[in-house]
Amino acid sequence: MSAPISLKASGRGRRRLVVNRIAELAAFSAAIAAIAVLGILVWSVFSRGVHALNLDFFTKGPALFGQSGGGVAPALVGSLLLVGIATLMALPFGVLSALFVSEFAPRRIGDQIRLWLDVLNGFPSIVIGIFVFTLMVKSDLPLVGWGHHQSAFAGGFALAIIMLPLVARATMEVLDLVPNELREASYALGVSKWQTVIRVVVPTAFGGILTGTTLAIARAAGETAPLLFTCAIAGQLTDWNPTHSVNSIPLTIFQYSEAPDENLHQQAWALAFVLIAFVLVTSLTARILLERSRRKLGGPR
Amino acid sequence: MEAASVAAPEGLGRTRGRGDRIGDTVLYVVTACAAVIGVAIVFAIVWRIAEGAWPAIKVFHTSFLWHNEWNPVVDKFGARDLIIGTVVTSFGAVLLAAPLSIAIGLFLSELAPPSVRGPIGTLIEMLAAVPSVVVGLWGIYVLAPFNAQHVQPFLSSFLGWLPIFANGEDKVESTVFSAMIVLTIMIIPITSSICRELFIGVPTELEEGAIGLGATRWEMVRTVVLPTVRGGVVAAVILGLGRALGEAIAVTQVIGNFIPLQRSIFEPGDTLASRTANQYQGAVSNIQVASLIYLALILLVITLITNLAAQMVVKRFEHQRSAAD
Repeated sequence: MSAPISLKASGRGRRRLVVNRIAELAAFSAAIAAIAVLGILVWSVFSRGVHALNLDFFTKGPALFGQSGGGVAPALVGSLLLVGIATLMALPFGVLSALFVSEFAPRRIGDQIRLWLDVLNGFPSIVIGIFVFTLMVKSDLPLVGWGHHQSAFAGGFALAIIMLPLVARATMEVLDLVPNELREASYALGVSKWQTVIRVVVPTAFGGILTGTTLAIARAAGETAPLLFTCAIAGQLTDWNPTHSVNSIPLTIFQYSEAPDENLHQQAWALAFVLIAFVLVTSLTARILLERSRRKLGGPR
Repeated sequence: MEAASVAAPEGLGRTRGRGDRIGDTVLYVVTACAAVIGVAIVFAIVWRIAEGAWPAIKVFHTSFLWHNEWNPVVDKFGARDLIIGTVVTSFGAVLLAAPLSIAIGLFLSELAPPSVRGPIGTLIEMLAAVPSVVVGLWGIYVLAPFNAQHVQPFLSSFLGWLPIFANGEDKVESTVFSAMIVLTIMIIPITSSICRELFIGVPTELEEGAIGLGATRWEMVRTVVLPTVRGGVVAAVILGLGRALGEAIAVTQVIGNFIPLQRSIFEPGDTLASRTANQYQGAVSNIQVASLIYLALILLVITLITNLAAQMVVKRFEHQRSAAD
């Protein structure tokens, strides 16, 4: 350095500090902007939806055309049914395939399965909807064309495909956190592999699996695209029959948002508020629990 | 798992009970079947979609890709402008989201005081949890009017001499631009959380080395952090692109579902996914259904390529890193 020694930054040094400040400020404002968008979004939904929330909203069916009031009970019931079906299908397959990858499969095969599950996770949800549409709604294969029309089964199946990679990947992550010492201790006691997996590994990872599934449920509950072609055209009544096409929360928001009726817009906002509250609360709780169980599992090491 | 691969001493295996041997085999087979079914679904999707699109492929061949008519009345279908619309909205969104995501990732990994990193990171990830239909609803009634009133006139007063920024007539609300913003909002949480993980993974010794040599924090980021994880950042951006390409609902709500393609992004447009979503009640004739599935096939191929590309970048990146260690 040929510059005279001075404790105060000057010239080039000052410019470097200023550039540094600007960069820091830019990073800071980017983060603030993202949070602001979340805040504005939640606030818009809350302030526009809160007026329409009352007991009727949760217990009644939609009002006759042009009339105000009415509720979204069929959509609530339908979503419950769809997500229930999806969870029943995705949970066992997701957990079992994660067990295979983490406990049994050779590394190379495990990597391949991980890769294809990630690819499945990256598929657009509308494409998954179309897939189930060709498989179960408008099928030319008599065997799997069972149903042959839109139904809660078809919609639930589409949602299950969305959930499967999420459940599987979340389970793999917790299984990888289960300390090997536990497995080794079990083997050392002469316990066989399958008993070790079922009695030691799975119970240790249980909390993580549960929270991972909850996150997947929160995601599935808000998915609209997979239902468009599989479970979209439904009556106005509350319907518990899974072979019928049922209403659902996201699809009702979608249809109401494009409807010309102001009353329906209000209902769309209120329903969006219900959905967003459910999704944010469950994912936030699941995330906190997941963090805790992760710390607990990672702790002894 | 290392423990799993530790072989039992010779002879021990034979002392195990038959129940255990059966149990081991059964659990192995059951879990393997589940895993195989999971993977098989990927291929079943590709196969069924390709098969469903076949009638349209037979009629239109590849001219579907560069023809631009969507006319159910005369059964003529083409996807050119939808493909262009998809590419324009997604790349526009990625161009906006990439620098923002990198900045957020840097903030959360290098700048923010440790005590606020967790909460802020969680809040930004919550943005990803907001269902797309809610983002779309907000897009129609809050974002799009705001864009039409303020942002679009403002931008076109500066950049209006470029045709793509020319102001639309009468402050159109449903625009390609609004779709880009909606997509940006949806992919930022994804890319930024991957970026954060990457930046945290940069060895502290490298960062301390740069600081020790007198670099400012920004210089450290520019000369050490970013070059170390370049590949990973590229992969994160590609994953965001994949998400943007396939988003149907939020886009269909704000983009206006209009072809032919307009020159300006302040005009309505359409994308592959949004057109598919929009036709869910209207698909009547077999050829129209097949054409819709053809759209889904194009989308599937594009997202498959982007996803595999991202995976390959990650692989190569991990390889490089483990070689460097």
